[in-house]
Amino acid sequence: MDAVTARRAGLEIVSLAPEELPAAVAEVIRGGGRMQMAYAWHATPDQIELRYLGSCGPRDDFFMWRCRPQAAVPSLAAISPLLGWYEREITDLFGIEFAGHPEPYPLVLHPGARPPAPPFSPDYPDEEPLPFTPAPGAAPEVTGAEVQRLPFGPVRADVVESAEFLFFYVGEHIIHYHPQLFFKHRGMEKRFAGRSLMHAVALAERVSGVGSFAHALAFCQAVERAAACEVPPRARLLRSLCAELERLYNHLHYLGHLADTTTLKVGQAEGMLLEERVKQINGRLTGSRLLRNLLVPGGLRRDLDPQPWLGDELDRLGREIGRYTAMLESTNSHLDRLITTGILPQEVAFDQGATGPVQRACGFDRDLRRDHPYAGYGELTVRVPVLTSGDAHARQQIRIAEIDSSLALIGQILGRLTGGPVSAACAPQPHSEGLGWAESPRGTLFYAVHLGADCRPVRVKIKSPSFSNWRVFPLTVHDSNMMDYAINEASFGLTIAGCDR
Amino acid sequence: MPFWTLFGLQQGKATTGWPRRPAEAGQEGVLGMPRFAPEHCPPDCAECAAACPTGAIAVAKNETASKRLAVDYGRCIVCQLCVEACPAEAATASFDWAFGTRERDDLRLNHPATPAAKTGSAASPAGFRRSLHIRHVDAGSCNGCESELRALNNPFYNLHRFGIFFTPSPRFADLLLVTGPVTYAMREVLRHTYEAMPEPRWVMATGACAVSGGVAAGGYACGHGLDGVLPVDLYLPGCPPNPAAIIEALLMFLERTPQRVRGGRIVG
Repeated sequence: MDAVTARRAGLEIVSLAPEELPAAVAEVIRGGGRMQMAYAWHATPDQIELRYLGSCGPRDDFFMWRCRPQAAVPSLAAISPLLGWYEREITDLFGIEFAGHPEPYPLVLHPGARPPAPPFSPDYPDEEPLPFTPAPGAAPEVTGAEVQRLPFGPVRADVVESAEFLFFYVGEHIIHYHPQLFFKHRGMEKRFAGRSLMHAVALAERVSGVGSFAHALAFCQAVERAAACEVPPRARLLRSLCAELERLYNHLHYLGHLADTTTLKVGQAEGMLLEERVKQINGRLTGSRLLRNLLVPGGLRRDLDPQPWLGDELDRLGREIGRYTAMLESTNSHLDRLITTGILPQEVAFDQGATGPVQRACGFDRDLRRDHPYAGYGELTVRVPVLTSGDAHARQQIRIAEIDSSLALIGQILGRLTGGPVSAACAPQPHSEGLGWAESPRGTLFYAVHLGADCRPVRVKIKSPSFSNWRVFPLTVHDSNMMDYAINEASFGLTIAGCDR
Repeated sequence: MPFWTLFGLQQGKATTGWPRRPAEAGQEGVLGMPRFAPEHCPPDCAECAAACPTGAIAVAKNETASKRLAVDYGRCIVCQLCVEACPAEAATASFDWAFGTRERDDLRLNHPATPAAKTGSAASPAGFRRSLHIRHVDAGSCNGCESELRALNNPFYNLHRFGIFFTPSPRFADLLLVTGPVTYAMREVLRHTYEAMPEPRWVMATGACAVSGGVAAGGYACGHGLDGVLPVDLYLPGCPPNPAAIIEALLMFLERTPQRVRGGRIVG
């Protein structure tokens, strides 16, 4: 990519040699910065290029490094632990080895998968399913006379997503916990290659269903950045409106689910009922309960008509939500199970890449809507709640405060909406690229989009918030209590589809 | 400290009167499966087929006007792109939510006359009309279907009132409800779950992914839904099917309501 397209992408892209990487990452971290993600793509059929995304401070512009390895690449996981999973994913999908990786095991591909070539390599036969014989994954040896080993899943109780959890425990005490994820790995990133931009939006909406809008929004913004396209003001505000409705129904579901794990049955029913009310509002406003089929690079596919009914509906709903959350916050049996459960220490959260409400519950004042505004957020006041205790209760409190903040944002949006077009022409140049992001209900979401000669995606990298938070979550489970596990898991509010992709 | 039981009682009944009262389904404004009127197709037009992300629409240029379009609703992800692409009135938006069928071919409009062999169980679910236990397995969904399945147990839909329950163990299950395109890692797991169920047992493919693979079909990690993996007794497309559509399909399966769609057209 030349300097002109780099500027258009809104990113400074610096080339580094593999041996320069460790010192560069160490310098970023010394300065209080943080790496965000790493991915690979085929810059040419026989040249893999690594990309590293980071920022020097929460409100500093993102930077991107590129590195074209000829031989082994030094692993950066010991310097920036959150990069560990990205490196393992690159090894699985592109076949690049990272020298000195502390956890040199497959991540995204299951143990027992035997691809004839790395799935993203041009040599991988098109549409060829992975040869696979189930095999046990890498797990630490936990021995001792009393230690029990409990594999749980991938088919578990209730209507849940598939994953297998391995517990080593003595009595009620969990000694070690190892989640085997990626049963649901669908190879979604590769499905984008060669598709039209509209088909790609439909794909992005179906990466994580409960994050449909955020995913499609991040994808569209990546393409818009590649095309230097200005989205009209009305579309920008309506995008923020839908993004906040998505946060609302997700957070209400979260509260209902959390109340279920503390056996507060009426609290569960009320949370789920309020979620249903928001989903019905979504359907009435956009034609889709999950806010799908609305976004297009350049704006919206059609105008929405939120006035005046939406404001009235949300006023009513807001009062009921306020009453419900006040009750949750004053129910001792509920709070007793949350307070001091699943404490995430601040430095672990930072090093391992915790994001969204999970990191805001342990002291990090970060929110892309305010720090790197997109859609209509630049002209709105975004209140970002922050707490420091890092336990399940703080994670609940953050979600409750974010519900209030979302309702306030929707109020601001409805007050500012004026008429006007809702889409602009968006025609990216051949071989351009762009980065899009969104603060999804679960945290930072990135889409890195590389377009080919026909202006269709050749590589799309998705960094979902659950990929980050699943990396962090087990660190709060080791050395905890079996009875607290379900509560702790619910308090993180994880999705598996977003993580597995 | 709040008194939750009293709060619950004061809130009153939240459950919808649907399906007895059709207006209370709670799906106001939700766009559903597009309707097709091939007789309105302009000559040589194939815009809808090109717009469809899952290849659900095929144009047969040499066919008579009414058979010019072949549509597989089993692949439809309800994205409305065909409706927007259509220059005539041949593809129009509707509020018809996803419909359940016993045969895969009933999801196909203008499908060649030779019906596919029936794959599902020969047993009748008649004895289960008032009590059906479901084991759900996520075989790689995007969690959109799970979001709507979980909604079934919220107070609005209150699935229990129909005598239909989700059960934790396949040992107690009558119906295996599968979502997702069936990833390589879930294929054997899914088979084991099915084998753990007592007979008679039935399988429901829920959502476009389980019916046909949906947007994720194929590639290195995904199959094409339950096709060739398990015998299917009930197909319910949609992306995702809304909770009312799921309930309606289950009631249809239990022979409590008739099947509304045959040959890709609403008949009842």
